[in-house]
Amino acid sequence: MALRFGWCGLLLAFLLGLAAPAAAADFESLVDALNVGGYNDKAKAVEAMAATGDPRAAPVLDALGAGLLFIRTTDKRIVIGRPKDGSYELTDAVSGEALGTAPESALDKIKVNNKVRRSISAAMGALTLRNPNPAVRRAAADAVFKSADSGALEVLEAALGAETDEGIKVRMYQARAAILLGGDGPEADKLAAVEVIRKRGDRDAMSLLLAVAAGTGAVAEAAAAGARAIERDLELWDTLQNMIYGLSLGSVLLLAAIGLAITFGVMGVINMAHGEMVMIGAYVTFVVQEVIRTSVPELFGFSLFIALPLAFLIAGAVGVGIERGIIRFLYGRPLETLLATWGLSLILQQAVRSIFGPTNREVGTPSWMSGAVELGPLLVTYNRLAITIFALAVFVLLLIVLRKTSFGLQMRAVTQNREMAGAMGIRTGSVDALTFGLGSGIAGIAGVALSQVDNVSPNLGQGYIIDSFMVVVFGGVGNLWGTLVGALSLGIANKFLEPVAGAVLGKILVLVFIILFIQKRPRGLFALKGRAVEA
Amino acid sequence: MIAKTAGALLLGAIDRKAGAFLVALLAVSVAVPALNLALPPTHPLHVSTFAMALLGKYLCYALLALSVDLIWGYCGILSLGHGAFFALGGYAMGMHLMREIGSRGVYGNPDLPDFMVFLNWPELPWYWQGFDSFWFAALMVVAVPGALAFVFGWFAFRSRVTGVYLSIITQAMTFALMLAFFRNDMGFGGNNGLTDFKDIFGFNLQSDSTRGALFVASGLALGLGFVLCRIVIASRLGKILVAIRDAESRVRFLGYRAEAFKVFTFTLSACLAGVAGALYVPQVGIINPGEFAPANSIEVVIWVAVGGRGTLVGPVLGALLVNFAKTWFTGALPEIWLFALGGLFVFVTLFLPKGILGLIGTLTARTRQFGGRPRPTETAEPGPIDARVKAAE
Repeated sequence: MALRFGWCGLLLAFLLGLAAPAAAADFESLVDALNVGGYNDKAKAVEAMAATGDPRAAPVLDALGAGLLFIRTTDKRIVIGRPKDGSYELTDAVSGEALGTAPESALDKIKVNNKVRRSISAAMGALTLRNPNPAVRRAAADAVFKSADSGALEVLEAALGAETDEGIKVRMYQARAAILLGGDGPEADKLAAVEVIRKRGDRDAMSLLLAVAAGTGAVAEAAAAGARAIERDLELWDTLQNMIYGLSLGSVLLLAAIGLAITFGVMGVINMAHGEMVMIGAYVTFVVQEVIRTSVPELFGFSLFIALPLAFLIAGAVGVGIERGIIRFLYGRPLETLLATWGLSLILQQAVRSIFGPTNREVGTPSWMSGAVELGPLLVTYNRLAITIFALAVFVLLLIVLRKTSFGLQMRAVTQNREMAGAMGIRTGSVDALTFGLGSGIAGIAGVALSQVDNVSPNLGQGYIIDSFMVVVFGGVGNLWGTLVGALSLGIANKFLEPVAGAVLGKILVLVFIILFIQKRPRGLFALKGRAVEA
Repeated sequence: MIAKTAGALLLGAIDRKAGAFLVALLAVSVAVPALNLALPPTHPLHVSTFAMALLGKYLCYALLALSVDLIWGYCGILSLGHGAFFALGGYAMGMHLMREIGSRGVYGNPDLPDFMVFLNWPELPWYWQGFDSFWFAALMVVAVPGALAFVFGWFAFRSRVTGVYLSIITQAMTFALMLAFFRNDMGFGGNNGLTDFKDIFGFNLQSDSTRGALFVASGLALGLGFVLCRIVIASRLGKILVAIRDAESRVRFLGYRAEAFKVFTFTLSACLAGVAGALYVPQVGIINPGEFAPANSIEVVIWVAVGGRGTLVGPVLGALLVNFAKTWFTGALPEIWLFALGGLFVFVTLFLPKGILGLIGTLTARTRQFGGRPRPTETAEPGPIDARVKAAE
């Protein structure tokens, strides 16, 4: 095996060695041709140069298009100039050899017109088809597909022969099909081309087919059918994309609302300072990252994992403090609780503003969270994906805490019947405080996650408070599943309304819908039944 | 006959305390413009135009606080969206003032306000028709907030949305309106709102005499609003409202249609808020979507709580006091203002559930007890027993 590769290599080297001098001579004459004859001749020379596929062609054509290809007056050599301090740094167009600098007066510019410029851009497209970088080749194939320029066909076929990457090969076949469809070849070829383009299935393919479908005959009919098929597919993908955006927004809402589902849903306490707990979590992330940056930069990738428990503890502690200091005196007076916690939210906001300043603070994204994964035409960014998974994990964890731990049991007992729970020996006061702390702590870790997708500023929490209440009220108070369904459906509804009605109007419509919905079902989607409701 | 009944109603409504308040209010609304206009600026008793404008603004806030107190203090409905009605009234007035500008705008277009010219609107949208007339605008000042409150209240109270749920959806309402008014294509000036007003009734808005007249108008509106609220409270309707506040289910079981009373009061209160907004706009010279911000509406509630809810005079005092404090703080110690306001929210709810007037009432009752004759407080807060009854229902 290795032997065979060795042979191949040798053979290749031999062939290259033979071909090189001939090609060099050829290229040199082509470069010289750029300066003889009229613009039509120049355009021809450009096309011929592109057909060689010579790697030296690209910089020369680039310079020609930019008006930086000169003839040195002293020796009539064709040079590429790079402007530097009022004069030009010269390199030989053929050999690439550096020739020092020269003032503009010592140079004659090779003039081009629009026809030549067009040839240049087509030629550049063709040349980049052979670029060693696959991403560039891919982009070039797509560019040819869009222009469907028949001049590129020859180069394209040559590039196809040399291409090894299957994905790019498919792109190139599609580009070739686009050219064939626009040309005047036999009908069978065109029908095959329509098929290839239909398989591509994106918006460019659709517009190309629609242009052909305007004509008559079997090809036009096939193109029209193809365009329709693509449109159906695209609609499906759009729906899927909206679903994904919606789920992503929904999980952000879920994170913001899930703590509230405990404090408001389970305890019945209106905590208007809930958004500020989220904000505290986000600022904890900021501080953690600052500390890491200045002292142990290698830990930056773990900064969010360090911030999570800290945010939970700090926000939770603040929550316990609020419950012990204010809320416990206001049980049974929900409207007063609302006002007092609103006041508290003002204080917390101003405190953060005084400490960290009113401007946005930058929270970095660890490298493992940046980037995106492509699924067909869908694009899913890693940070959104991480937040969705994280939100669901928090939800499941909370469900387990409420259902399977003794703390969860005590918590439910206290909220259902305080006196009886007390009589059974549960310390209701500390259960209250811990429950409120749990809700606040979860808001804190939501803040860590939201710091990745939102601006970390003192107003961070304000943006979420109304949405969170909407989610909890819509889903049904006192029901975690309701919160999950509420958050996801509101997120998806928002994203589906956005393209139809615009972002702001979509949001307004969702709000109006919820207001109307509450009239119909005052207790939300998943209402608790029984006596506890009326308390 | 009708005049006689109305007279009796009025006399029944205005007790000694209310009368004293009205006299004081009237004195202020005459004295301030008089001191501004009649005395030279060098005179020690001269009230500057700035101070008069500020006081006029406070009077509008006081009327807004009064409207919130009518539904919160007497009917138990905590609206966190009253700023929306205030802003709608303000926008109605602002639209009239925009039409008054005529061709004196920056673009000099006789038919379109500046922002519409700027946004290339071909013609005046239908909902701007009629605002050339002051009386039409004045009608809209009351009708638009009233209609919104009626529809909103009709839906909400009929399906028995109460307590914090109602508070939250009123907040969502004002939030949605804020987002809507921020949009340029709504046709209300978008982000910048309506501003650059020139005159009202042909009188220059910048002149001291016009400002004085607006001040008197604000004082009168507050006085009339107060009398109206007193009439409502002193009537049998008022008794039912208080009953709804303290035990809604029981009122319903007794055969009253609680939701009808609530819708009526909510609508009346929204109309009052609209009037307050309409008087506010010419005095400050601008109305923009920021007025719809949920935070503004909650601030109104704290004015009422500070003064003492369920007292009518209390909210007026509360609005004046808190806004004086706000003006002073934001001038002298801007960093501290939000701490102070937030602290006020917490302090008042924890330690002053009946507000300043309630505190004064308790103190005087205590001193009188030393004198021998205890006096029951006039308007009872829902005490612990009521609260427990409420919870049981």
